[in-house]
Amino acid sequence: MPDRVLIVIPCYNEETSLPLVLNELRQIKLPGSYQMKVLVINDCSKDNTAAIAKEHHATVIDLPVNLGIGGAVQTGILFARDNGFDLAIQLDGDGQHPPKELAKLIAFHEETRANVVIGSRFLENEGYQSSFTRRLGIKYFLWFNRLLTGLQIYDSTSGFRLFDKAAIEIAALNYPDEYPEPESLVSFSKAGLKIMEVPVIMSHRLGGKSSIRHFGSLYYCIKVTLAMLFSFIRKS
Amino acid sequence: MAKIQIITIITNVFFVLYISRLIVKGKLREEYAIVWVICTVFLMLFSFWRNGLEVLARLTGVYQAPNLVFTGFIFAILIYLLHLSVVASKLHNDNKKLAQNIALLKEQFDKHLNDQKI
Repeated sequence: MPDRVLIVIPCYNEETSLPLVLNELRQIKLPGSYQMKVLVINDCSKDNTAAIAKEHHATVIDLPVNLGIGGAVQTGILFARDNGFDLAIQLDGDGQHPPKELAKLIAFHEETRANVVIGSRFLENEGYQSSFTRRLGIKYFLWFNRLLTGLQIYDSTSGFRLFDKAAIEIAALNYPDEYPEPESLVSFSKAGLKIMEVPVIMSHRLGGKSSIRHFGSLYYCIKVTLAMLFSFIRKS
Repeated sequence: MAKIQIITIITNVFFVLYISRLIVKGKLREEYAIVWVICTVFLMLFSFWRNGLEVLARLTGVYQAPNLVFTGFIFAILIYLLHLSVVASKLHNDNKKLAQNIALLKEQFDKHLNDQKI
């Protein structure tokens, strides 16, 4: 049986960048016997994201209300669980995660059998590196994550991630709604999953706006710190 | 009976009637009504028993009876606000689950329809 991979693309108003991402996805070939299915989660976009995704032959899930990135990704994870996929890979619709880097995540998973593989910008410092304040925040999360989980995750805010079956099961039950990336690492590590990073090259977003801007970043830090702390205390 | 007592008692009666009406019409769920009913019971009690506040203040060591009222009510309101936040969080979670299920079911349904067309 070939391994089935679900590419989960959470989208909120990504009509400009989505066609490029989907075209690129269609051109890549995954290593070995992997079979790929592309799933676009339309998080109640106000533009033509859903129609564009359908035109490009992606399966589209239309959320009736806006759930935020975490809720959207979890919907994809639920789809993966219910349809028996072996792997689920989150890839953002804004073009920051080049589809050709997918193979790296899969190869690394094959090699290490890690349950969660994170595509990291900072292991080799190539490609898009984010702004100074943002890197400062990411440094802080590196420290805080290490304090809580003992893991050395350099790019804990990266949304470019591979989940295997065990991780899919856990994320299907419990995945944070807002800014889920650093927080989910705490719950994954508490569940005893193996989390590893692989260097990837990211690009600038092609369209849309980041969900974290201006004063939002302070709120982001406080909210995520609290969420990580409580995830750590919570009984799994 | 002093004038103020009559006013508070009448207000209270209207308040109870209004709460009952909301419950009967299904606009207020009983579990959220409990706290309001308890409130009216207290208000009613102290409307009739005017010295009650003085007695309680003396018992708890509060110099001025009105301060006891403010402290007690502010505390009760804070607790109730917290309760409302809990309710909102639960609704948020339920809402998320519903939205996800609807979206997944709709996808299955559309697929089924398309399969039948072919």
